[in-house]
Amino acid sequence: MTASSEFPKPSSPRFLRPPHCFPPPYTQPAKAPSPRLRPRALLSSPPMATAPAPLSLSASTLPARLRAGAVPAGARWRQARRGRMVVRAKIREIFMPALSSTMTEGKIVSWSAGEGDRVSKGDAVVVVESDKADMDVETFHDGIVAAVLVQAGESAPVGAPIALLAESEEEVPLALAKAQELSNGQPQQAPPAPTEDAAAAPPPPPPAPATPPAPVAAGTKGVASPHAKKLAKQHRVDLAKVTGTGPYGRITPADIEAAARIQPKSKPAAAPPPVAAPSVGAVPQAAVLPPVPGATVVPFTTMQAAVSKNMVESLAVPAFRVGYPIVTDKLDELYEKVKPKGVTMTVLLAKAAAMALAQHPVVNASCRDGKSFTYNSNINIAVAVAIDGGLITPVLQDADKLDIYLLSQNWKDLVKKARAKQLQPNEYSSGTFTLSNLGMFGVDRFDAILPPGQGAIMAVGASKPTVVADKDGFFSVKNKMLVNVTADHRIVYGADLAAFLQTFAKIVEDPESLTL
Amino acid sequence: MQSTAAVSVSASATASRGGARSEAARRPGGIRVCGLRGEALTCPSLRISQAPARLAAARAAAAANGAVAGSGGGFDYDLVIIGAGVGGHGAALHAVEEGLKTAIIEGDVVGGTCVNRGCVPSKALLAVSGRMRELHDEHHMKSMGLQVSSPGYDRQGVADHANNLASKIRSNLTNSMKALGVDILTGVGTIVGKQKVRYGKAGFPDKEITARNIIIATGSVPFVPKGIEIDGKTVFTSDHALKLESVPDWIAIVGSGYIGLEFSDVYTALGSEVTFVEALDQLMPGFDPEIAKLAQRVLINPRKIDYHTGVFASKITPAKDGKPVLIELIDAKTKEHKETLEVDAALIATGRAPFTKGLGLENINVVTQRGFVPVDERMRVMDADGNVVPNLYCIGDANGKLMLAHAASAQGISVVEQISGKDHILNHLSIPAACFTHPEISMVGLTEPQAREKADKEGFEVNVVKTSFKANTKALAENEGDGIAKLIYRPDTGEILGVHILGLHAADLIHEASNAIALGTRVQDIKFAVHAHPTLSEVLDELFKAAKLQPREGRDSKPR
Repeated sequence: MTASSEFPKPSSPRFLRPPHCFPPPYTQPAKAPSPRLRPRALLSSPPMATAPAPLSLSASTLPARLRAGAVPAGARWRQARRGRMVVRAKIREIFMPALSSTMTEGKIVSWSAGEGDRVSKGDAVVVVESDKADMDVETFHDGIVAAVLVQAGESAPVGAPIALLAESEEEVPLALAKAQELSNGQPQQAPPAPTEDAAAAPPPPPPAPATPPAPVAAGTKGVASPHAKKLAKQHRVDLAKVTGTGPYGRITPADIEAAARIQPKSKPAAAPPPVAAPSVGAVPQAAVLPPVPGATVVPFTTMQAAVSKNMVESLAVPAFRVGYPIVTDKLDELYEKVKPKGVTMTVLLAKAAAMALAQHPVVNASCRDGKSFTYNSNINIAVAVAIDGGLITPVLQDADKLDIYLLSQNWKDLVKKARAKQLQPNEYSSGTFTLSNLGMFGVDRFDAILPPGQGAIMAVGASKPTVVADKDGFFSVKNKMLVNVTADHRIVYGADLAAFLQTFAKIVEDPESLTL
Repeated sequence: MQSTAAVSVSASATASRGGARSEAARRPGGIRVCGLRGEALTCPSLRISQAPARLAAARAAAAANGAVAGSGGGFDYDLVIIGAGVGGHGAALHAVEEGLKTAIIEGDVVGGTCVNRGCVPSKALLAVSGRMRELHDEHHMKSMGLQVSSPGYDRQGVADHANNLASKIRSNLTNSMKALGVDILTGVGTIVGKQKVRYGKAGFPDKEITARNIIIATGSVPFVPKGIEIDGKTVFTSDHALKLESVPDWIAIVGSGYIGLEFSDVYTALGSEVTFVEALDQLMPGFDPEIAKLAQRVLINPRKIDYHTGVFASKITPAKDGKPVLIELIDAKTKEHKETLEVDAALIATGRAPFTKGLGLENINVVTQRGFVPVDERMRVMDADGNVVPNLYCIGDANGKLMLAHAASAQGISVVEQISGKDHILNHLSIPAACFTHPEISMVGLTEPQAREKADKEGFEVNVVKTSFKANTKALAENEGDGIAKLIYRPDTGEILGVHILGLHAADLIHEASNAIALGTRVQDIKFAVHAHPTLSEVLDELFKAAKLQPREGRDSKPR
């Protein structure tokens, strides 16, 4: 059963196209159906899909063994391959057929047969809408429609299973378990199935919500609203096990959604999302506030949505901040000198940060799993850039190794691409440390939010003439800027950051090394 | 209305023509359309004076009938219409055009069911529901690049829209009749004898008038099967539902015809869940089966609707004492109890019953059949012995031939034609019908099973062609590709037997087909008519072009 995770591709020879559509470019299997006017539902057995031996239909069905579980399934599986075993039960998948040569996916218009219906060979079981027309699709086999995997109104790619057909009543629960597995995307209890033995591992016990069909109109108790019933069928929720919270104890759509553990308002356009395992960094969705009367609501662009997501994710990281005042007179002098050569302040700061990071690798590290340090081999400085309607962080790669002239050239290219929205993913997502500079606006200090996947971010304020007293008590006026670094305290501790900042300050205050 | 100048100019011509026309009118089978055509052909320069000519013709015809010309002659009116609904209104307008002195008696409000409790307010609700549905369809919006956040509605605002529309149309109708000089008499009309009507407060008809001809156009009321208790709040008919006093979470709709279907569209768009209760084995009986099947796919299955077919609602109890509305369902055939539904509200849409009580039909020996007034094909009322009652007609829902507002109006016009001396028989098969769901459904003529039955009986062949809205540019531009159009025709003659459409603006598209049927246009002729591109009307254009005729010697063969 677990092998069912492997579906035949439309191009696979195992996948039978309706005979009349176009001539199959492969040898027809022995029991190929005689041509009919109506295309038939394509039935095949996934476990055997990759078996090299010539197959008959009986051999290509799933061994009934799976429900007994006493004999190691793998043994029986091999038996089956030797063709000696008596097949006792079959569960077949009904696939989305290719109704035209250009069809890549089909929409289920309606199921002529419902779950629990017994169908005979040649019966129309489903109406499929292709890119050209609606067509009735027949089944090749007798059996019971055990589980509908793709509901009416939903689409599936050609070749994807859309329903399971059980040969007899006994196989229905088995098929339902399989359906559950399929709808979870990958088998969860069983390991992935690269080998035959693993492929035939016993199935997980049928999960609780799997239920025989048609309990819907069981009685007047457990009244469910029309939409609740539809949802229950779609998500395979047993109405008898749901407690209604609606008026008069009625089961409402919300009750079903709660029972199926799905987000309300999930549109049926997408297949029911698999129940996501709660991830460590999962952050609850922010509650939606009531609308403000008269306000204009503008949905996020993709970039804005990405920013929003990243910012919310940062809340899962225990961040702390350390500030440091730095005298920039010499840096400013240097800047005046290199400016005609196209070097910007941003590049100078990035280079300084990169040089400091080289001495403090932990600040360039990141914490990816909450359990370990990930030391990055490169020092890639991401620099936050405001672009029209958003924010992006082009990355100066290997900023410690390249000289400032080369970095400046790279930077110019990156900014150009960023404005044209042509940055490649590795050009904005490969940063190991981020620099954010608002000094040009006159901001004297600010505080940055740590981007996911990085250990620290530096916020640089404006450099301003400030009266400073030196250690001998002499006052003088120097240009001073405040930098503020936000870091992930799981890996970067206060002293680490302080030491890093000290190094950074030294480089900035004596910037000759930047030009080396 | 014609100007007095036109009358004087054509006066000399009309006097002589009038006599000629009355001759033509008395000829059996000489129906009006032919007569008009002949006149236009022989005397094209006189076309401008047609109306006065017809006026004179009417007088002459009336004189020929044995009455004195004009509105005198002992009668208060040439025509009295009982009931000022759409049927009565249509008849009155045409009667004035024909120069008849006309009065209309209304005991309730002008406009009748259609304007006040039917088509008109329901269209207002459906207009709202269509927009709500569109705004809520994120997928649809997104695919057109639109972004809308959380659309909502104000129930009272929606209800007011429906009510305001009804008032507006009602005053339009009233004004149009007043402006034309139709006397609007208030009260309940009763026929007290031949060509004699009394009207006044119900039960006390104190004013009596005489009329050369009388048209009964009293319409219908919602039909409520026995066992169903109406409280107007939780169990109600379309009359109450149109006021939209509440939007229940869950409403059962008993009956899945036009009315039920339209209301399901309204309620689901406003957020209700709907359960249909249908006595027949199939939803939407009366529609072409193929259309019904597609309608179920488009209008029922994807929505928050479920249904019970083959069951009667034997007892419906309104919500009270902390209990929901209880609907007892029994099997339509075995009459066994099947299930009890618990819902928040129930709309009874089981059809409409004629409103013919108190008409005084017993005074003239007319017996109603299930409340309907028996009429012949010319809408002449038949008495208990099967004889035509002279000068008495019945149109609209009250005769039950085709319970549609525009059918009533067409019947009224047909009657006025007859009493103006021009024989006229209305072809009911040319009357279109529409259901204003989203998308709309419309039809004219026979359904496919009806056509096949007729073909079997009369020994001809039937062909069916279909086109899809998916192939129509305009429909795709609107992102509304759901729908089909279906043409049923005779491949031997090219006669159009029926056209059925489900799709965007189907109700507006049907008229090309209904006009073709009414005028006897055949497929081979209409297929050469040009349609603007890109328009939805090209769906029908394609349909006509897809229809193939049997090659027949001498007709389709081209000269070599």
